[in-house]
Amino acid sequence: MRRACRRAAGLVMGWLLATAATLAAAQSELQPFTFGYVGLADDPRYSEARLENRFQGEPWGRPIAGAKVAIKESRFPGMAAGVEFGLNEQLVADSQAAIEAVRQLQGNGHRFVLLDLPGPTTAEVADAFAGEEMVLFNVSASDDRLRGQACQANLMHTLPSHAMQNDALAQFLLSRQWSEVLVLVGQEEADRKLADSFARSAKRFGLDIVDEREFLLGNNPRQREQNNPRLLTSGIDYDVVYVADTQGEFARELSYQTQLPRPVVGSGGLVPQAWHWAWQRHGARQLNNRLEELAGRHMTGHDWAAWIAIKAVVEAVQRQKTSQFAPLRDYLVSDDIVLDGFKGYRMGFRDWNGQLRQPILLGSGNWVVARAPFEGFLHQTNALDTLGFDPRESKCKLADN
Amino acid sequence: MNKAAKLLACMLLAGAAQTASAAGTGYLFVSSEEDDVVTVLDAQSLQKVEEIAVSERPRWLAFSPDHTRLYVACGDGNSIDIIDVGKMEVVDRIEDVDDPEIFDLGPNGDRLYISNEDDAQFTIYDIASKELLERVEVGEEPEGVLVTPDGKTAYVTSEVANMVHRIDLESNELTDNIVVGNRPRRFALSPDGQELWVSNELSGSVSIIDTDSNQVVEDISFQPEGFRPEDVTPVGILLTPDGKSAYVTLGRANHVAVVDAQSREILDYVLVGSRAWGLALSEDGRRLYVTNGLSDDLSVVDTTEREQLRSVPVGRVPHSVVIDTTGG
Repeated sequence: MRRACRRAAGLVMGWLLATAATLAAAQSELQPFTFGYVGLADDPRYSEARLENRFQGEPWGRPIAGAKVAIKESRFPGMAAGVEFGLNEQLVADSQAAIEAVRQLQGNGHRFVLLDLPGPTTAEVADAFAGEEMVLFNVSASDDRLRGQACQANLMHTLPSHAMQNDALAQFLLSRQWSEVLVLVGQEEADRKLADSFARSAKRFGLDIVDEREFLLGNNPRQREQNNPRLLTSGIDYDVVYVADTQGEFARELSYQTQLPRPVVGSGGLVPQAWHWAWQRHGARQLNNRLEELAGRHMTGHDWAAWIAIKAVVEAVQRQKTSQFAPLRDYLVSDDIVLDGFKGYRMGFRDWNGQLRQPILLGSGNWVVARAPFEGFLHQTNALDTLGFDPRESKCKLADN
Repeated sequence: MNKAAKLLACMLLAGAAQTASAAGTGYLFVSSEEDDVVTVLDAQSLQKVEEIAVSERPRWLAFSPDHTRLYVACGDGNSIDIIDVGKMEVVDRIEDVDDPEIFDLGPNGDRLYISNEDDAQFTIYDIASKELLERVEVGEEPEGVLVTPDGKTAYVTSEVANMVHRIDLESNELTDNIVVGNRPRRFALSPDGQELWVSNELSGSVSIIDTDSNQVVEDISFQPEGFRPEDVTPVGILLTPDGKSAYVTLGRANHVAVVDAQSREILDYVLVGSRAWGLALSEDGRRLYVTNGLSDDLSVVDTTEREQLRSVPVGRVPHSVVIDTTGG
């Protein structure tokens, strides 16, 4: 027995040496292929105080964790293609500095850059590089506008838009025949936009918004009609409450506090998102484990968006067997690409606005209740295109379309 | 059993499917991931003979060459459980195996070649001493493992890297990384060893690798009528011993594809249960058994008529099925 152990130890030692030698030899021949990553150093979305809350559907840490997992997963495809994938992270002060950082990355030969920026900053950066040979991946802004009137040929979106999230929710509500919806909306401009996005989805799928009411945060008794969940949800009947709250605090408290015993959806309760840590199918369990090991926390939709952006380019490199920008870019938006997002569908990008088509997970607490699209929602080309804008209803008009 | 006797048994069996159990016990062994059991069924009556308790999340199953032992990969139990086929109980286990998914036995039956899903590793264990002999780093989520009959080469799929790793078992080094379709799962080797078939779950296809050049020479795509492409998710695959036909389970498309292995023509799609994954062929080639992970049952397919004869409930989330045909 002891001899067997020694023999095994010897073998393991030999393996370590052999592996180190072959890896070193293989790596010296690999060309670097580095992704840029630009975020704001003081992005309030990642303040410690905010992250501690773990709001549903919001990031629970910087999405670069997802990008790092993807880079690690890409070492064998890289080897086969003769490249070594890497990541260059830049955290900057403001939008001007973000533009400069991307310019610098471009100067160093980076052609694929992940933008972890708020919506308006994302638009500014994409604008500054309009018409240039770059692909900028929006991994953390859900704004519909970025996929609509502010779309850019160089800007691709791996995070789903609000329209996609709300369409997923609307499909679910319709499939459950919960069609009477009370909408509660916050005072932030972003809340307003989210509620408008839901109104579009409701119309699209034939849900009835019975009323829309504005909520306020706080305990001021003079404003109790607007800050008390029970008063806000009384005096009317409805099947479900949709809450548009990008700050998350009000939505978090709403479930079980409504006047009528009705479910809450939207920013609280049942939340549509790109990813959920409790999703287990299609290899999700292993991906969740990898991110948890690397980041020490659960994976969110934002991590997933950064992860799949890298994976998309790696897939293009693997299939096109090149590191040249033009063929990679063309392949990314072509119908030939098959992306595995661990959500069970073959995914690809909408060539007309750069949005990644994808299933949406409806998560609640520690479980994924359902995955959209649902049975019975049909599209002439791809079931995933029942989620989000179609070209004919979009304001996105890219020059080359 | 010597070759002549085996041949004779096969000839007898070919004439009378009803006596398929003549060689071994004839029992079917089915692992179910959620129940932590291996269910034993009589192949003729399809009655349950025994339920063997094993470690958590049993998946892949394989017999020792003499069929006295059945090995069970238990993913959450982090073990390979060893069932005594005669006693129909777990008599031993190899522990501390990280999340084993699929494995193969060497030609001598003395080693286990295992894919460790969580650790992105391919490991080799000595069965007698239970020692870990080797560890080879592979792409994320390794799944299918196949060792060639000469014991010189192993192939491992990586679902995440979209490739098949070829490992030389003398040096235990990766010699080739062969890019195939998306989310490659499992293997079948042609009887002459020239062709390695790989199921691609997300591409809905099978890639055929030439084992001399280590290149993909052909892809077969499956499109049963009435199914969306995303529901066509091939996983289980086997080639008949004569090398003439292939059977491929199509996962969520709830069908098994029957393929002419020479012409690559898809001959038929046979309707089975929900999320068909595992499969096993009777020794006479007339019955195909398929595990349906989402309908918790086992389909019995008549391969001549190419239709499901019946389905029987087995444990929750059945994963693999094997047939005790030759020893015992």
